[in-house]
Amino acid sequence: MNPLAGRKYIILGVVILTAILYISRLAYIQLGTDKYKMSADNQAFKYLTDYPPRGAIYDRNGKLLVFNQVAYDLMIVPREAKGCDTLALCKILNITKEDFLKRLIRLCGNLESAKKDYREYIFESQMLPELNARIQEKLYKLNGFYVQARTVRQYPKPIAAHLLGYIGEVDEKYIEKHPYYKQGDYVGMFGIERGYEDALRGKKGVSIKIRDANNNIQGSYKDGLYDTSSVPGQNLVCTLDAELQEYGELLMQNKIGGLVAMEPGTGEILALVTSPTYDPNMLVGRDFPKNYGKLQKDTLGRPLINRALKSFYPPGSTFKLLNALVAQQEGVLTPSTLYPCARGYPPLGGKPKCHAHASPTNLSGSIATSCNSYYSYVFKSIVENKKYKNSVEGFEAWRNYVLSFGVGKKIGTDLPFEAKGIVPTVSYYDKVFGKGGWRASTVISLGIGQAEVSVTPLQMCNIICCIANRGYYHIPHVIRKVGDKEDPKWREKQFTLVKDRQIYENVIEGMSNVVKAGTGRIAQLPGIEVCGKTGTAQNPHGEDHSVFVLFAPRENPKICIAILVENAGFGATWAAPIASLLSEKYLTGKILRTDLETKMIEGDLIHKHPSGGAKPKPAQH
Amino acid sequence: MRERSESIIRNIDWFTVGIYLVLLTLGWLTTYSAVYQAGESDIFDLSRKESKQLMFDGISILLAGSILIIDASFFTATAFFFYGGILFLNLLVLFLGNTVKGSHSWFRFGGFGLQPAELMKFATGLALAKYLSDLNRPDLKKAFVTTMSFILIPMVIIAVLQNETGCALVFLAFIIVLFREGVFPVWLLVFGIASIASAILGLKYPTMFWIFVFVMIVLGVGVFLLSRKKTWRLALILFLGIGFFSGIMHYTPIALDSISPHQQYRIKIWLGLPVTEKVEKKYGYNTNQSMNAIGSGGLWGKGFLEGTVTKNKFVPEHETDFIYCTMGEEGGFVGTSLVVMLYLILIVRIIFMAERQRSDFSRIYGYAVASIFFIHLVVNIGMTIGLLLVIGIPLPFFSYGGSSLIGFTLLLFIFLRLDAQRLMVLR
Repeated sequence: MNPLAGRKYIILGVVILTAILYISRLAYIQLGTDKYKMSADNQAFKYLTDYPPRGAIYDRNGKLLVFNQVAYDLMIVPREAKGCDTLALCKILNITKEDFLKRLIRLCGNLESAKKDYREYIFESQMLPELNARIQEKLYKLNGFYVQARTVRQYPKPIAAHLLGYIGEVDEKYIEKHPYYKQGDYVGMFGIERGYEDALRGKKGVSIKIRDANNNIQGSYKDGLYDTSSVPGQNLVCTLDAELQEYGELLMQNKIGGLVAMEPGTGEILALVTSPTYDPNMLVGRDFPKNYGKLQKDTLGRPLINRALKSFYPPGSTFKLLNALVAQQEGVLTPSTLYPCARGYPPLGGKPKCHAHASPTNLSGSIATSCNSYYSYVFKSIVENKKYKNSVEGFEAWRNYVLSFGVGKKIGTDLPFEAKGIVPTVSYYDKVFGKGGWRASTVISLGIGQAEVSVTPLQMCNIICCIANRGYYHIPHVIRKVGDKEDPKWREKQFTLVKDRQIYENVIEGMSNVVKAGTGRIAQLPGIEVCGKTGTAQNPHGEDHSVFVLFAPRENPKICIAILVENAGFGATWAAPIASLLSEKYLTGKILRTDLETKMIEGDLIHKHPSGGAKPKPAQH
Repeated sequence: MRERSESIIRNIDWFTVGIYLVLLTLGWLTTYSAVYQAGESDIFDLSRKESKQLMFDGISILLAGSILIIDASFFTATAFFFYGGILFLNLLVLFLGNTVKGSHSWFRFGGFGLQPAELMKFATGLALAKYLSDLNRPDLKKAFVTTMSFILIPMVIIAVLQNETGCALVFLAFIIVLFREGVFPVWLLVFGIASIASAILGLKYPTMFWIFVFVMIVLGVGVFLLSRKKTWRLALILFLGIGFFSGIMHYTPIALDSISPHQQYRIKIWLGLPVTEKVEKKYGYNTNQSMNAIGSGGLWGKGFLEGTVTKNKFVPEHETDFIYCTMGEEGGFVGTSLVVMLYLILIVRIIFMAERQRSDFSRIYGYAVASIFFIHLVVNIGMTIGLLLVIGIPLPFFSYGGSSLIGFTLLLFIFLRLDAQRLMVLR
C-alpha cells in the first residue's frame, strides 16, 4: 500500500470543511440577517406616493367653506444634491447661502449626515404656480431636488377659522405614533381638519418603481402588483350656516368672547364664533409659520384660543334657569313659590347682593328680574331638601341634575379640544372647608351661577337647547355628513334628569317675560316670541362678562344662542343685542334694526380692556 | 473490439455525467436570467448571450461525446504535445490577440473569442500526470523542481504577460496534486500556510506583534526543552522560524502601504480594516452589491427572473464572475446551497474515482481535475460572499463564456474516459 494514500483523507477533509464553511456563511447572509435585504430594497425600490386630494367642506346650505388649490413642494434628497447649483436656487427662493445651509442642517442634523441622507424632505413647501414655474426652468441644474404637486387649503370666505382648523406638516414624534404618515405629510392639527382627519385625508396610494444603479426608473415592480391607487378624501357637510357665522363674526369684531348658535331639534351648530379671530387663509402654505407666530404673539386678544369651546366662565344669572328646573323636579319649588329680596339674600345679611325690584316675586318674576335672593333660597331648598339625610346628599343630587345638562363634563362634540368646565364636587368642598364644614349657605353663590361653577359658551347653549326641547338635547356637532354618511349618534336624544314638560314651561314662561318685560327687552322681535335670559358673570380680573342666552320662537324653537362678551358689563348691554341681531338674521333673513347693528359692529371693547383679556380659569378636578 | 467498446460505455461514470448535465442546465438558466431584460428574449438570436451560451453548451456536449470515444492511451501519448502546443498558443495570443481592458489573453474570431489560458488547465494536468507517472525511481527534489516549472511557466505567462492574475492563480491548485503525490514537501506547505497566516495576522492585528513574538519565544523554548535531542540545529531552526514569522508579521503592513492604492484598499476592506467611507464605497462596491444580492434572496429567493440587484446594473460582471449572485438572489439559500452541494459531490466523486485507478497517470490527472474545480469553487463563491478578495475567475458551468466552458468540459471528460479504462495500466 502506498504510504501516501492516507493523504486523500486530508484533501477530502479540506474540501468538505470548506463546503461546510461556505454553506454556514450563506446561511448567515441569506437567513441570519436582514441587513442585505434592506440595503437591496432601499437601492432598488423607489416608492412614489400618490397623494389623494383632501376632502372639501360645505356649509349646511351647500356653500363651499374649504377647498383645495394646487401647490408645489420643492423636495430634496440631500445625498443626491451634490453639484447642485445652489446659487440659482437661493436666488429664486430669495434666501442667502447661509439660509440654505441652515435649512439643510435643520433637516438632516448636520452637513456631514446630509451627504449620506437619502430620505426625502420638503425644502420649500407649498409654492404657488408662478414660483414653481421659475423653479422648473432651473430644475435641470438642481441635482437632488424635485417638485411634488400637493394641495393647499383655500377658504372662499375668511370665516370660522377655529372651527375649520388648519393642517400642518407632521413631526417625528407624530410619525412614531401614527405610522401612516411619512416625513413631509400634512395632517389636520386643529378644528374639523383634526377631528375629521381620517375622512378628509383619504388614502395615499403608492407605486413601487424599480431603479437601476444609475438611479433611472426601469419600470414598475412586478408590473404594479403591489401598487395601490389613492382614495380621495371624503367631502364633509358642515352644520354651519356660513352667512350666520359671518354675521356673528362681524358683530363680535373688536370684542373678546364667544358665541354659539345651535338648532335645538338636531344639536347642529349653526355658528360658533370666537373673538378675536383670524382669516383662515393666514394659516396656509408658505406663510404659515410667520403668521402663526404673529397670532401667537398677540397676547391682547389671544386669537388662537377658541373661546366658544375652550374657555370657561362662571355662567352668571343664566345658571338660575337650571336651578329653577332642578328645584321644581325635586318638589321644593312651584311657579307660585314666593321669596323675599332685600337688595340681597336676607338670611346671610343681604349677601349675595341684588338690585332694586319688587319683592317678593314668584318663579316667573324671579327670572324676569333675575333676583339673586330668590335663587339663593332655591339653591338652599334643593341642598337642604328633607328627603335627603344631609346637605351633602342634597348637594350630590343637585350635581347629578346639573351634569345631565352637559355641564361639568365633555359633551362629546366632534371638535377636538373641548373643555369640561367645572361643577365642583363634594370632595372639593370637603378639602376646602373640611368634612362637614360646609352647608348650603357656604356655597350659596352656586345658586346664582357664580363662584366655582364654570361653563363654556357651548355648554351654556346646550343648557338652552335642553330647555327649548323641554327635556333633552342632541350632542352638539358641526359635521352633518361625512361623504354621504350621517353619524346615527347625532340623532339620539340625550335626556336630562328633569323630566316633566310642565317644569320647563314654567321656566320658559319666565324667559319669555325677560324679553317681553324684563332685563332682556332689547331682544324682542316683531311677531316672534323670543325667550331669553341675561347674565352678568363676575370676573375677579376686571369688569364683569356680559352674558345672554335665548331661544326662539317659543314653540318649535329654531335657534338657541348663548353668548359671552368679556369685560362688557351687564348682559343687556352687549350680549343681548348681538344675540338678538343673530336670531333676527336667522329667523327673518334680514335686519330691520340697522342702528343697533351699526352700534354693535362698531363697538370696540378690546382696546379699553384693563389687562388684555381674561385668562381662562385654571381647571380643577 | 465491439465487446470492448461496450464495456467502456458501461464503465463510464454516468453519475458524474449526470451531475455535469445538471450543472450545465442550472448554469444556462442562471445565465439566461442574468442577461434577461423584460420584453426582449429570442434564444435563436445569436447576438444574445443566452443564445450564445446555449450554443456553447451544445458544442461542449458534442465535445464531451467525442472525447469519450477517444482511447485513453491517446492522452498519455499526447500529454506533452498538448502542454507544449497550448503553451505556444498562450504566447501567440500576445502577438495576434486583442487587448481587452488591459488583458492580452483573447483571440477574436468574428463575434466569438477564445482564451487559450482556459485550455492551459487541462494541458498542465495532463503534463503533470505524464511526467510523474513516468518517473521510475523518483528523485523528489528533481521532480519538485520540474513539476513546479510545469506550473509556474504558464502562471507567469498568464499573470505577467497576459495580465490575467486571477486565471493564473488557479494553477496554484496543482499543489494539491503534488501534495497527494508526495512531491511537494509537507514542511514547505506548512511553512507557506504559516507565512500567509502571519501576514494576515500582522495586517489585521498590528498591535499584537509583541505578544505574538513573546508567545512564539515561549513556545520555541518549550519545544526545545521538551525535545529529546537538544541540538544546536533545533535551536537554530526555532530561532530562525520565530524571527521569520515575526518579520512577516511586522513588515506586511509596511509592505502593504507601498503597493498601489487600488490593491491596498481592496485588501484593507477585505480584512475589515478601517478605511474612509468614500474608499469603502468605491473599492468595496462589488462585494457590497454582491452580498446585497445574495443576502436579499432569503430562503427561497425572489424567483426566476425576479432579481432586483443582479438586474438593474447594481452587480458588475453579473453574468460572468458574479453569476453566483443571480443564483443567490433568485434561488435563495436553497439555490446557493444546492450549488455548493452539487460541486461538493462532484469533487468528492472525482477524488473517489481517482483513487480507484490502476494507472498512476489517471489518478494524478484525476486529482488535477478535482483541484481545479475546487479552487474555482472556493475563489469564485468566496469572493461573492465576502470571504475572499475579489479575484475574477469564472464559476464552472455557470459563468457566461465559451472558452472556460469548453476548458472545463475537456478537463472533466478526459478524466471520465481515463476512468472508463481504469482497469488498464496506461503507459
